[in-house]
Amino acid sequence: MSMNLEREKEVLVGSQLAETKKLNLSSILYVGTVISMLVALYFIFIYAAEEKTMGAAQKIFYFHVSSAWLAFMAFFVTFVCSILFLIKRKRIFDTYAYVSAEIGVVFTIIVLTTGPIWAKSSWNTWWVWEPRLITTLILFFIYVAYIMIRQMDGVWDKKARLAAVFGIIGFADVPIVFFAIRWWQTKFHPIVFGDGPSQSGGGIEGTMLTALFVSLAAFTILYSYFLYKGVSFENMKIKVERYKEKLREDLDK
Amino acid sequence: MNQMRTALFLAKKDLYSELKTKQILVTQIIFAALVIVVFSFAFDPANNTTKAVIPGVIWVIIVFSGILGLNRSFISEQRNDTIQGLLVAPMEATSIYLGKFLANFTMMLIVELVSIPFLFLLFDFKFLGSIPYFILVIFLGSFGFIAIGTFLAALAANSKSSEMLLPLLLFPITTPILIGVVQATRIILTNMEKFSSALAWIQLVTAYDVIFFVVCFLLIDYVLEV
Repeated sequence: MSMNLEREKEVLVGSQLAETKKLNLSSILYVGTVISMLVALYFIFIYAAEEKTMGAAQKIFYFHVSSAWLAFMAFFVTFVCSILFLIKRKRIFDTYAYVSAEIGVVFTIIVLTTGPIWAKSSWNTWWVWEPRLITTLILFFIYVAYIMIRQMDGVWDKKARLAAVFGIIGFADVPIVFFAIRWWQTKFHPIVFGDGPSQSGGGIEGTMLTALFVSLAAFTILYSYFLYKGVSFENMKIKVERYKEKLREDLDK
Repeated sequence: MNQMRTALFLAKKDLYSELKTKQILVTQIIFAALVIVVFSFAFDPANNTTKAVIPGVIWVIIVFSGILGLNRSFISEQRNDTIQGLLVAPMEATSIYLGKFLANFTMMLIVELVSIPFLFLLFDFKFLGSIPYFILVIFLGSFGFIAIGTFLAALAANSKSSEMLLPLLLFPITTPILIGVVQATRIILTNMEKFSSALAWIQLVTAYDVIFFVVCFLLIDYVLEV
């Protein structure tokens, strides 16, 4: 457990050089992100109707919901990749899990900052102790802890193993956290999709719903771009570490 | 049940060494007492509204003193690298987990047995609810907390700064338990009329206990790899 007989970083095996073929996917995703984001902005600011009481402040809703969706999706990818890592023990799954968790944390921060801005104009308070808010906050803390496990010292496969275990536990915890808090507090958030059981004023206008779906799609593409870029950065980092280690070994000789 | 036998053996070893050194248990109890003293400064015991915070205070004591014990349970094995011995010994990782869990849980119950009456005494709390249910809630809550805590302590023990890492891992994961037990304790201690909702909370905590005990059992093999 504490004893590391292996070296912390691996030496480069052979002399693999970076392959330059995969540039295609990256640029496709980049162009896709730019176009879909511009389209989403058009739908949000021009196409969608303006909210009666909140006015322009309501526009933040599209980014808020989309960021929340992106964060949840990122954490789900972390969960799936963690399971795959424990089964297959391939480093690539670990890299995907890590990058996805990082993106998720960044977008959770966005959710937690846009949320209060929106709350101030709609509920006239910055923060309420309400199920979805607390769950998001707890989610944020869980994945910050996940990243802290990754910052531990030691060989990569130990860190990857422990982080994968925590990724599974953390994700399994989220629904329970949500239900526990939901029981504890009454609901405050409007239920946007479907009929809200208790509220008559629930629901959303058609143009707004379209804008929401367009921004959800845009954020999904943005996520895949980030994920792709992040994973290739991580792979480069790993490669540089191996080169360094090889150099060190050559110097020792 | 060979697994259970080795687990009991390990728990016995831990408790016996604790009996000899009395390091952790004494620290935990003194710490619990100190938390009570700090709370008496924060919330005036003479004030009647203080009664409302007692259920929360109980769980703050349990969580904080529990963390102290959990931190030590795997770190203490590292000094002479005995954890390596445990891992290569002819027993499964699940028995190590189970044994550590039993030892931690026993110590936690002893701490609670001392500190909770002490709290009631110092805050002059008049017990109105039902004692068996109160004990049940305390038991279930500590069970879940220690079960997941032992697991995460095994995980955090790999880090050099595991004392700092463990609370960060443990608190977000145990939020459902903490919410559930604090609500259940509040209802049982102050108004027994709403007992049905306390029962619902107890069910939630029990479900959490079962789910996470099973998950920890399945995943401990990956944490305690050589």
